Amino acid sequence: MTQPTPTANPATGQHDLAEEFLDRTTPLSRLRGVMHRYPAISPAVVLVIAIIVFGMLNERFLNPANLSLITQQVAVVGTLAIAQTLIILTAGIDLSVGAVMVLSSMVIAQFTVQNGLPPIMGLIAGLVVALAAGALNGFLVTRLRLPPFIVTLGTLNVFVALTLLYSNGATVRGGDMPDLLTWTGTTFSVGGVNFTMGVLLMLVLYVVIAFILSQTAWGRHVYAVGDDKEAARLAGISVSRVLMSVYLAAGAILAIGAWIQIGRSNAASPNAGTDLNLDSITAVVIGGTSLFGGRGTIWGTLLGALIVGVFRNGLSLAGLDVLWQTFAVGVLIVLAVSVDQWIRKVRK
Amino acid sequence: MTLIDGSTAAGAPAPVREPILTAKKLVKTYGRVVGLDGVSLELYPGEVLAIIGDNGAGKSTLIKCLTGAEVADEGEITLDGKPVQFKRPQDAHAAGIETVYQTLAVSPALDVASNLFLGRELRRAGLLGSVFRMVDKKGMRKRAKQELSDLGISTLQDVTVAVENLSGGQRQAVAVARAAAFGSKVVVLDEPTAALGVRESNQVLQLVKNLRDRGIPVILISHNMPHVFEVADRIHIQRLGKCAATITPQSHSMTDAVAIMTGARKA
Repeated sequence: MTQPTPTANPATGQHDLAEEFLDRTTPLSRLRGVMHRYPAISPAVVLVIAIIVFGMLNERFLNPANLSLITQQVAVVGTLAIAQTLIILTAGIDLSVGAVMVLSSMVIAQFTVQNGLPPIMGLIAGLVVALAAGALNGFLVTRLRLPPFIVTLGTLNVFVALTLLYSNGATVRGGDMPDLLTWTGTTFSVGGVNFTMGVLLMLVLYVVIAFILSQTAWGRHVYAVGDDKEAARLAGISVSRVLMSVYLAAGAILAIGAWIQIGRSNAASPNAGTDLNLDSITAVVIGGTSLFGGRGTIWGTLLGALIVGVFRNGLSLAGLDVLWQTFAVGVLIVLAVSVDQWIRKVRK
Repeated sequence: MTLIDGSTAAGAPAPVREPILTAKKLVKTYGRVVGLDGVSLELYPGEVLAIIGDNGAGKSTLIKCLTGAEVADEGEITLDGKPVQFKRPQDAHAAGIETVYQTLAVSPALDVASNLFLGRELRRAGLLGSVFRMVDKKGMRKRAKQELSDLGISTLQDVTVAVENLSGGQRQAVAVARAAAFGSKVVVLDEPTAALGVRESNQVLQLVKNLRDRGIPVILISHNMPHVFEVADRIHIQRLGKCAATITPQSHSMTDAVAIMTGARKA
């Protein structure tokens, strides 16, 4: 009854909507809206274009054998990138994923070969060590409230040193290991293209994590915590519990990555993972996940990992120096982050 | 709780309404600074109680004590006639006191339905829910739509749109809807119109009235006198850590209220 001053009728609501409608009618802003809603679109487009271009540059690129090689090259970093995605979605970052994976792989190999335990026990030991590493990172982030960047920069060095101390810097050869440990390197054929069990395992992990992130309450809470920690807390979500579970889940995924790594290189080497820490971040970022947390998809990360694999492989088939591959990946990262920044401007 | 109320009032149908939430002689000091100096307050079903006061008058402290963000040194709080102790915001939340904070506690990247159900997601029925822990997206969207239309929020038709794509008023509406949904007993709104334009403020005020019409009592903290006078049934004026007066928009004018608030006039 007491209608206040100038405007308070239903028409104003429509006016509001009309204004918002006007405000996004340019094709560019509409594109931005779509990319904002589906962050995996841009990496998908980049991947398709890259495959077409490299296919035209060199006919060997689209060979089944070469495509198989690309998937194998992507398997380990693609798995680590799953763990990295979970952590980046919470607005964190993990510089130690590669180091944890290598430590876990050395534990798996040494427990089985040196200590003569059954291979399944070796795998479990590797899982326990990776979980402990995740728990340490998670503890430092949630209890001591240290920034994830600093925490994992520190634990990166700790884990690298532990790996070298534990293994005496020695590689364990695949030939000395029981078959179960190198099982991830065995191949099967689908329509003339050979895939390894490691690639299959990685894909299964993507499906599982994609399901969890999109279909469970926990998945939503991961996004909510990364999006706005305080808002999540006020909504009744236990932020430290979510963060801790994310670091533990990452640890478990890294242990599986360690197994895939042993199969891929048919060895467990303490020096295997130095590039993988940053490569996993590269895959996540190129896959459209925001480093500021709360936005991105796990499928984008798979696309990001594939893009890096395709670029490296395609450029090398095109006869370019390996340094140009690194150069191209660097350019991709900067482009991906710029696109993310541009997309985020949708926020008012 | 209705049972208990019914049993106390059994026999004689009492015309006097029992307050839902009361605070008696709350005292809160921060070192030598007295934040609250024996403040009492009563909130009745279906009313909008505004709390106004100058900066430092103790209105934030009062609200913090009522919503569990601070624990009062002395005094008693009752909800539905029973004494309650809120040690953390979650305690007040669990007891049915929902607070909409000035810094809107919504997750920008999640959609409207997900925000309404954040922290209390619905699960799918059967094995999909119990074993695979799947959330019931369809059900949540349906219920979210229902809640929004019950509250008369007409500007939010699409509950699948991300909150970051909404205007300030619409976001406020999401936050208020979340507080009002799920059978809460009391809704506390802290400066709900402070960051909004004229039109959006009016939408939020309309929302406050809708809440009251549904029987949910509202505590409204605001600096904005016209807004307070438009929606409040009673106005609690804080001054220097005490309740200077409790007035109604009918008994006093805005000028009176400001005079009491600043101490230029006694109530």
